[in-house]
Amino acid sequence: MAKLKGYQIFWECLLKEGVDLIFGYPGGAVINLYDEMVNYPQIRHILTRHEQGAIHAADGYARSTGRPGVAIVTSGPGATNTVTGIATAYMDSSPLVVFTGQVPTALIGNDAFQEADIVGITRPCTKHNFLVKSTQELARIIREAFYIATTGRPGPVLVDMPKDVIVGEAEFEYPEKVHIRGYHPSTRGHPQQVRKAAQLIAKAKRPLIYAGGGIIISSAHKELRGLAELTHTPVSLTLMGLGGFPGDHPLFLGMLGMHGTYVANMAITHCDLIIAIGARFDDRVTGKLDAFAPKARDERAGGLGIVHVDVDPTSISKNVEVNVPIVGDAKNILSQMLEVLKTMDVDWEGQHSGWLAQLKEWDSQHPLQYSYSEKVIKPQYVIEKLYEVTQGEAIVTTEVGQNQMWAALFYRYKRPRQFITSGGLGTMGFGFPAAIGAQLGNPDALVIDIAGDGSFQMNIQELATVVQYNIPVKVVILNNGYLGMVRQWQELFFDRKYSQTDISVQPDFVKVAEAYGIKGYRLEDPKDVEPLLKSLVKMKEAVIVDVVVDREECVFPMVPAGAAVSNMLLDKPTTEKNGEELKRLLPLNFPS
Amino acid sequence: MTQEQDIRRHTIALLVENKPGVMARIAGLFSSKDYNIHSLSVGETMDPSVSRMTIVTSGHPLVLEQIVKQLRRLIDVIKVVDLTATGEKFVDREMVLLKVNAKGEARAEAMRITDIFRGKIVDVSPETFVIEITGDEGKIQAAIELLKPCGIRELVRTGKVAVMRGPKSLKLA
Ligand SMILES: Cc1ncc(C[n+]2csc(CCOP(=O)(O)OP(=O)(O)O)c2C)c(N)n1
Ligand SMILES: [Mg+2]
Repeated sequence: MAKLKGYQIFWECLLKEGVDLIFGYPGGAVINLYDEMVNYPQIRHILTRHEQGAIHAADGYARSTGRPGVAIVTSGPGATNTVTGIATAYMDSSPLVVFTGQVPTALIGNDAFQEADIVGITRPCTKHNFLVKSTQELARIIREAFYIATTGRPGPVLVDMPKDVIVGEAEFEYPEKVHIRGYHPSTRGHPQQVRKAAQLIAKAKRPLIYAGGGIIISSAHKELRGLAELTHTPVSLTLMGLGGFPGDHPLFLGMLGMHGTYVANMAITHCDLIIAIGARFDDRVTGKLDAFAPKARDERAGGLGIVHVDVDPTSISKNVEVNVPIVGDAKNILSQMLEVLKTMDVDWEGQHSGWLAQLKEWDSQHPLQYSYSEKVIKPQYVIEKLYEVTQGEAIVTTEVGQNQMWAALFYRYKRPRQFITSGGLGTMGFGFPAAIGAQLGNPDALVIDIAGDGSFQMNIQELATVVQYNIPVKVVILNNGYLGMVRQWQELFFDRKYSQTDISVQPDFVKVAEAYGIKGYRLEDPKDVEPLLKSLVKMKEAVIVDVVVDREECVFPMVPAGAAVSNMLLDKPTTEKNGEELKRLLPLNFPS
Repeated sequence: MTQEQDIRRHTIALLVENKPGVMARIAGLFSSKDYNIHSLSVGETMDPSVSRMTIVTSGHPLVLEQIVKQLRRLIDVIKVVDLTATGEKFVDREMVLLKVNAKGEARAEAMRITDIFRGKIVDVSPETFVIEITGDEGKIQAAIELLKPCGIRELVRTGKVAVMRGPKSLKLA
């Protein structure tokens, strides 16, 4: 068998894994890998301008395609710069394989130049990580890294490669099969549990499907739709689940939780059965735990409890005790469930018509809304128009804060992998590099980063990447001159004391665009919004649109932290707004 | 869910990969999730690539369930059995080394107590004894209590090890 160098084995392995795109940033510890890279033209390398950008871009690629994102960085500072990106991917179960260079094995532990214990640092924020001890085990570890990252509940895996491993020599054989004796993710649901769940569903008068990112990860959107339509059960999605069920479907209630719609939060409060699928009862969803889903959880009042489908056993009964746990892949379990439900003799429509009528009523009482103005651009208006001019077809990434919530509420996502956001960690600076990754993974798609002025500046250096590789992402900055979401909390809960949230000292984003050699536009007048967005979607190159929006607009509905989700603020407590603002109502589309 | 009230103590047996970093993963899990850890012992098994661990922890039943699931989620953890939760009988033992005062009256007293607990005096000096006692949690606790009046200068415990009674055993697959 042929002996290969570690740096050759590395690239051979990536080829075997079908990798054709990686993101990275070179340095001394990985210089041999970069040197060898020129012999592998099948693999395209994107040089970002910061390692954090590389990881988020790989993550955006992964989330938008379902394939693992791959990144390579040097030791020490290169490795530590990846940590936020890795933690972001970990919290949202995104499959990444991150390769770091390391000082030679003999120097490990010596505080050698550019040494960092990246395996130790990332242990709590990776699904698994490896320090490769010899060139012989490199191929097996790479194989295992991809396998672990992409199976079960996906997540980031880090492979730390000391320099001597990279330059060492070994016989190359890519393992056909992976056998990891401590890792056996379950896929199919236990038939008896599935039957139990089906029986509860058949009994329920006021069921609610609460689905999360697991739907998207397992590509269970068709089955989810099948379940909802067969049983006439309404669907509410988490932030991570958006796109897992069509945003314009008559059974869709919108997002639930802290910034969920009125009807979704009322639904979870009043339903008699929760069918949770690929969601983890995050505190941003449940609000005050004791007051979460009180009717469903009260057996004496006829509550039927909670059915929970999840691939990760640790997600089950972590925050909220569930009655029927089903561990396995959502797609498999939902199709198992559909088979059982189809054989049942239930008048689904009749059984749920009262409940659906009640939901429609709630939605018409408090539909999603905002005050439109002719004087100042409302951020919600921008998203509403973006939705219209893109016909709901764009891949949208977001930054974090108000921009993210407006993008979640006012754009309606049709397909899985269309909405890409940092949910679990809430990482400002994610959206722009993620858009780069999403665009590279979907060359023909229109990719828009809905940004905040604060967040965009956290990875603004990636403009150079966009220019270098001609990546036609569109950045739409909802520029309020504030760390808007924090300001909103200060307005509502801290007597409008805007401590350290005014960021109106900022660059001229149009000039920034020009400085990098791309186009930049500024919007200040509401009537210019639609025409510009219309031309924006036709542009074939990267563009920044700096939209100067109403500075003190808030995201509503809002459940104050720690309150029950039925306790929603629907508007500012005191509106000193003038008469020229009229309400724009955006009701969900319900069957009548 | 008021977790303070119903706190239970469980003994968990694990088979793990015998390689560096595995202890760190397990310790890290317990500290990052704020789980209790009363004792932890590790040693190689008949298969040198596998180590066996015994962890004594405590918490609300839901937390204990999480601990087991979180341990199973670690890639380097091959097998986890909550021995207490199985309801099966198991033998558990711990060893303690105590350096106690052995001057004057304490000398005879320490010897008597060691005898009662079928312990051994493994080191003798004019001033001190080192006593070795093996037993379950109750026995160890009782011995420590009784030796306290003699004056315990140093106390070292191995942490508990446990194995199921009867032919049942923890297997890799
Ligand atoms: C890296 C990071 N630092 C701090 C925060 C806390 N935080 C959450 S939202 C927000 C404000 C974001 O401001 P901007 O990007 O302008 O968005 P806006 O809310 O104004 O739309 C901050 C500081 C965070 N989520 N991420
Ligand atoms: Mg802002």
